[in-house]
Amino acid sequence: MTTTEPSTKRSLPIVENFGRRAAVKGAFATLGAGAFVAAISPLRQAAKNSSAAEFMQQHYTELSADQKADVIARLEAETKEQYGADVTIADDRPIPGTKFVYAINLSVCNGNGKCVEACHKENNHDRDTNQSYIRVIEMPKGTMDMEQGSTTYSGAVPKDDKFYLPVQCQQCDEPPCVDVCPVKATWKEEDGIVVVDYNWCIGCRYCEAACPYHARRFNWKKPEVPAEEINPNQSYLSNRVRPVGVVEKCTYCLHRTRRGKLPACLEACPTGARVFGNILDKDSNIRWILENKRVYILKEELGTKPAFFYYFD
Amino acid sequence: MSSITASPQSTGPPEEHESHVTSYPRFIARSLWLATEGSLAFYAWMTVLTALFLVGANAWANQVAGGMIGTNMTDHVSWGLYIANFTFMVGLAAGGVMMVIPAYLYHDRKMHDVVIIGELLAIAAIVMCLLFVVADLGRPDRFWHMLPGIGKFNWPISMLTWDVIVLNGYLILNLHICGYLLYMRFLGRKPNPVWYVPFVMLSIVWAISIHTVTAFLYCGLGGRPFWNTALLAPRFLASAFVSGPAFIIAAMVLIKKLTGVSGLDQPIATLARIVRVTILINLLMVASELFTEFYTGGSHVSAAKYLFFGLHGKTALVPWTWTAIGLNITAALLFLWPGLLELRWRPLLVAACCMAFVGAWIEKGMGLIVPGFIPSTLHEVVEYVPSQLEWKVTVGIWAFGLMVFTIAIKTALPTLKHPAEH
Repeated sequence: MTTTEPSTKRSLPIVENFGRRAAVKGAFATLGAGAFVAAISPLRQAAKNSSAAEFMQQHYTELSADQKADVIARLEAETKEQYGADVTIADDRPIPGTKFVYAINLSVCNGNGKCVEACHKENNHDRDTNQSYIRVIEMPKGTMDMEQGSTTYSGAVPKDDKFYLPVQCQQCDEPPCVDVCPVKATWKEEDGIVVVDYNWCIGCRYCEAACPYHARRFNWKKPEVPAEEINPNQSYLSNRVRPVGVVEKCTYCLHRTRRGKLPACLEACPTGARVFGNILDKDSNIRWILENKRVYILKEELGTKPAFFYYFD
Repeated sequence: MSSITASPQSTGPPEEHESHVTSYPRFIARSLWLATEGSLAFYAWMTVLTALFLVGANAWANQVAGGMIGTNMTDHVSWGLYIANFTFMVGLAAGGVMMVIPAYLYHDRKMHDVVIIGELLAIAAIVMCLLFVVADLGRPDRFWHMLPGIGKFNWPISMLTWDVIVLNGYLILNLHICGYLLYMRFLGRKPNPVWYVPFVMLSIVWAISIHTVTAFLYCGLGGRPFWNTALLAPRFLASAFVSGPAFIIAAMVLIKKLTGVSGLDQPIATLARIVRVTILINLLMVASELFTEFYTGGSHVSAAKYLFFGLHGKTALVPWTWTAIGLNITAALLFLWPGLLELRWRPLLVAACCMAFVGAWIEKGMGLIVPGFIPSTLHEVVEYVPSQLEWKVTVGIWAFGLMVFTIAIKTALPTLKHPAEH
């Protein structure tokens, strides 16, 4: 029943120069550990840019009013310190009884791109990469297949044989991006807007893979915006300057729309193609359009249920 | 010392003269000592791996400090070399189960003697998976947000949380199985089946689950037609059962040569016979996928077109793809030839394994991840070629994985050289 070999196996083998070998091994292990510490020393740079308070910060939905105030004060001070700009970061909450939807008149949009530019400025996007939440696709007339389109068109618009399809976050009622997030850093609020807690996102970019509308952006580098160009009217869940390494997206300018204003892309549109409003308001313009116009929903077959519509005259 | 008072049939913790509190640290110390003993060639090998690992660690630290702009990923191709390698390594980890099944379900004695090689490979591969995921995170400092309890874990909705659970679970299972067997060996006691056989059985199911869940990460995304196929999980498993056994065969040929462990030829033959079938199943599934794509046509086929022939003049992946197809078919033909199992054709067998391994790496790595993003969801074609930084980090993680595997095999050598009697 019992094995016969155990007793000899139970102790360390007697090696003549055991002590010397142990010392040599120890020395190499120390050398290796030292080399490792040197190799990862650039991390100290990264640590300098992030505070202990930021590291310990809880999820947005779990912050008490006091904690929120502290976080916002810290973020404002950081913007001052790192960008030299005095900004106000509010915590705009949904207005009860509101469900925001957006519509674009494709018969009118002429591809001038003013919305793209307005978004870039309003939302404090990185200047270098010319980031924006909106892409406009120039499409040949006679198709709705985006394969035929181009986002890199140039020259005078509109061209006779083309029409223009602006795409941004569709604020889906069944958002795949929210489902896939492993840490609940992104969610849908009561007024329909899908938001991101930039201080909770771990930067795995699964949401970017899941979104069928190319609506999400990742901060591949620390955004750079000159102090005088920073939009100081900010909100925690929308256009405050984002940290590096996290995902962001269009929020229907909630720092404006939750205060009764219109999104920046709509205000900038010279053609009047954009209509925004509260679909729960029976007298709203948007409600009338959706009830009376021919409406097209982008990738409707995917079942994402967008709160974003295209219509034709 | 040698008198064992507890009955071998006892299921509770056996009584010992020495308690586990003191003998377990001695076991760890002895394992560490054993793992760092070796020839000059061994030290050279470990030094090279350490150097490569340090280069990777440094590149990663720079990536964290400077932002992921150092990679060539973009908002169009938002996953690249890291996730490609992650996906492949999950397969390698699952592939080790092709030793466990013959050993424990079919009671193949020879396989049973060396099955620990497959389990140790699973440990090394999972460690690499976790490192590749961490390398891909924009904010590794917020890793704790994913910890259940203190973070916010989006389970069961997010497939990524499932993956976190199954991968870590598989790691723990294999650590337990290998650790228990080696510890019993150190104590000179016969392992009690109650303490490891149920876990081995669980690990078989678990191995299938890790690669299925990893496939579900991709195939559940409606916006990515290239991934959105029910065939993805079976394909992942088939290719895992090519790459895993292929790696193990090559490793066993090497182990036999370097350490004189005997009794490896029969397990090698068994694994080669497994690859002979799995490699054909994998090719069949690829062919089935391609038929569906190209015969149907339409915009659904754009990604496959990009992968095989290029799209709008963009052809970065085309040479990779055809290399993989060439390697896979050549390897499949070699495995079909019965002579490959003969001892004198060992180098050819290893070559066939390397071809199958690299073929699977391309097919399931870059060949699967990148076309998911090209064309993008708005049908833009933005290409991706990994940056030097990404290659450094990747090589560093591979070096670390090989270090873990080497040390693990070293620790298990006494068991491999003198298998316990049955």
